[in-house]
Amino acid sequence: MTYQLLGITVLWIFLFGYMIVASIDFGAGFFSYYSTLTGKKSLIHGVIERYLSPVWEVTNVFLVFFMVGIVGFFPDSAYYLGTSLLLPGSFAIVLLAIRGSYYAFSNYGSKDNKFYLFLYGASGLLIPASLSTVLTISEGGFIEVTGGKVKLLYGTLFTSPYSWAVVLLALVSVLYISATFLTYYAAKAKDLSALTVLRKYALAWSMPTIFASLLVFFAIQKHNPEHFQSMLDYSWMFVLSLLCFIGAFYLIWRERSYGWAFLLVMIQFALAFFGYGVSHLPSIIYPYIHLYDNFTNRTMALYLIGAFLAGLLLLIPSIYLIMRLFLFNASYVEGTKPKKG
Amino acid sequence: MHFPNDPETLSRILTGLTLGFHIIYATVGVGVPLMIALAEWMGIRRKDSHYILLARRWARGFVITVAVGVVTGTAIGFMLSLLWPSFMQIAGQAIALPLFMETFAFFFEAIFLGIYLYTWDRFKKQTTHFLLVIPVVIGSSASAFFITTVNAFMNTPQGFTLKDNRITDINPLKAMFNPATPTEVSHVLTSSYMTSAYILAAIAAFSLLRRKDHVYYKKALKLTMVAALVFSFATAAVGDLSGKFLAKYQPEKLAAAEWHFETKAYAPLVIGGFLDKNNEIRFGLKIPYALSILAHDKPSGVVKGLNDYPVDERPPLFVHYLFDGMVSIGVFLIIIAVLYNLAFIWRKWSPYNRLLLRGILWGGPLAMLAIECGWIYAEIGRQPWILRGYMKTSQGATTSDHVGLILIVFASLYVVLGFTSVKILRKLFRNHPAEEELAHLEANAGKEVRL
Repeated sequence: MTYQLLGITVLWIFLFGYMIVASIDFGAGFFSYYSTLTGKKSLIHGVIERYLSPVWEVTNVFLVFFMVGIVGFFPDSAYYLGTSLLLPGSFAIVLLAIRGSYYAFSNYGSKDNKFYLFLYGASGLLIPASLSTVLTISEGGFIEVTGGKVKLLYGTLFTSPYSWAVVLLALVSVLYISATFLTYYAAKAKDLSALTVLRKYALAWSMPTIFASLLVFFAIQKHNPEHFQSMLDYSWMFVLSLLCFIGAFYLIWRERSYGWAFLLVMIQFALAFFGYGVSHLPSIIYPYIHLYDNFTNRTMALYLIGAFLAGLLLLIPSIYLIMRLFLFNASYVEGTKPKKG
Repeated sequence: MHFPNDPETLSRILTGLTLGFHIIYATVGVGVPLMIALAEWMGIRRKDSHYILLARRWARGFVITVAVGVVTGTAIGFMLSLLWPSFMQIAGQAIALPLFMETFAFFFEAIFLGIYLYTWDRFKKQTTHFLLVIPVVIGSSASAFFITTVNAFMNTPQGFTLKDNRITDINPLKAMFNPATPTEVSHVLTSSYMTSAYILAAIAAFSLLRRKDHVYYKKALKLTMVAALVFSFATAAVGDLSGKFLAKYQPEKLAAAEWHFETKAYAPLVIGGFLDKNNEIRFGLKIPYALSILAHDKPSGVVKGLNDYPVDERPPLFVHYLFDGMVSIGVFLIIIAVLYNLAFIWRKWSPYNRLLLRGILWGGPLAMLAIECGWIYAEIGRQPWILRGYMKTSQGATTSDHVGLILIVFASLYVVLGFTSVKILRKLFRNHPAEEELAHLEANAGKEVRL
């Protein structure tokens, strides 16, 4: 495996990690707010809060890691993405800032503040939409470089069926991933009333997710036929992904093995995400950033990979610890232990 | 008044605003975990639940500041690429390593902070919980370390060759451990610890001034003021080393701070004053030889003057006031810390003298002001360079036309975040006064106390 391939794989894994944890987080915020509107707050709020409280800070790190990593491995991407993404990027930062801080404000400071909860819930749905712009413009056709000046073509972006399909997919998959995870978590917590509500959410968002995925397929065929062609070379990944979806849907529908169901959902998205990623190669941002032409120098790549491995040695035990203490700790999940100071 | 409306100026304002806002929370984020650790350790060692309560209450408030610190830190992470794409194209190749490692340190801190906050009553042994705060302290100080090396690199870039916007011969470790790194990192760390100690001391002093004279507040004041004494001396010592560093590697920055135009020996240090049209110093207090001593440890030391630099490579001269502000606040903080600790040892004066308490109360916000002054001095003093000697700030800026709009959006965001975080913090402590928790503690005295 070349350094280039290793570098982009590392980044892609982190982006996938962010997608999963952030989806759970964003969706949970939305469901939390939605449940106060529909008077079901008492049913599911406890489960959501018990999961989110110890991990909310960690989510952001995945994103920052990806951001720093892509600039580190592909310094030219800072130039193209930086200039063109100023508006959507800033929009996403503002939303992330509102969301992150108001989560802390409403959970640690001012409990039951409906306005804070609204900010937290609503912003969570807009962030995936604005972040997905990066994936959209990486397909090419949305950036114009004239006289050394990089410009994002907003007109083309807002009228492209492809970009809307991506936004739609980002939105519904956030809700779907989140609902399946929370269903599993509620089942673990033996919280039957929360389980009933969340299971309904999971089933409700499953069909839109698969529909939006198909939409993206069609749109990409129109927008970037070359990429679509190479996606067909990896069609086995997308077929397997669909099978995982069906498996997860079946399990949730028959009300059993929610843990396996969520695992299948993760595999479903992993296959689709990596299938999409690998078929996109060797271009990173079509046609400007190329896996082999715009890679950082060899020395820095070696150091970055070394730092990454050292970092993993630190992170994996820590993540294991947080799982043992919270996510997979029966008495914590069931809420029978005192929670905080 | 003409308002500059080019992307470069607006990007500078926005970056300055974001960093200026972020460092308030970041400074607290670096220093407070150490203070929490100290308090919890004291509590365990002395079997004194007051200290444990102190650690607990500090940790509760800390979460709110961390949240704002995290989100503004994320903003900066993005903004570097969004507003300074050409700079990051270079920096990405030279200093991606510390940027990368900073996120790891932050990751580490984030994980253990989550664990620490939710496990106060989980373990049988108190020390187990105490151990969890150590990674938080290490993580927060390590991320300050790594990110400061990036800034140090911008001051004294090395470890690469730049040709036609392409970097070759890169040495990541040399870039990271550049000449500015030792002094800059240690000044950032010690001043953050000092500022956090002073802010927590100011809170205790505020309660004591309000005639709440529970021994809990006195313990809090003593712990924080002893720490403040240690760290304020450390900060000053490192500050002195920073002066020597500047004289050697960035003489134009030191010269701008001291309005030192002619290169000469026996240079005086100027305090206050202003410059007239001919760049003559008016009303400044001149301390003979002091600048030479600061720069080279001897009165005969030759200090390079601004006139040796082309006009378009000189930093703006108003940085003098920022330098003065930082140093005089530093001196004030040392005096207050010394007075308190002397009073405590001698017992001739009361360490709870109201004037002294007021001085401590002012010390908190003043320390933060000094941090701001110091950073603005360090950053503006580097102008016109973004990478000193390599890249001018104007070459690094974005060419996008939307920076003005974004500046307004972010400025409003910071106003809202600043306002709400203060409001929440006040509410958090008003609604749960320490007295209530102390009464609860005392009612349970004798039994095994678990907070």
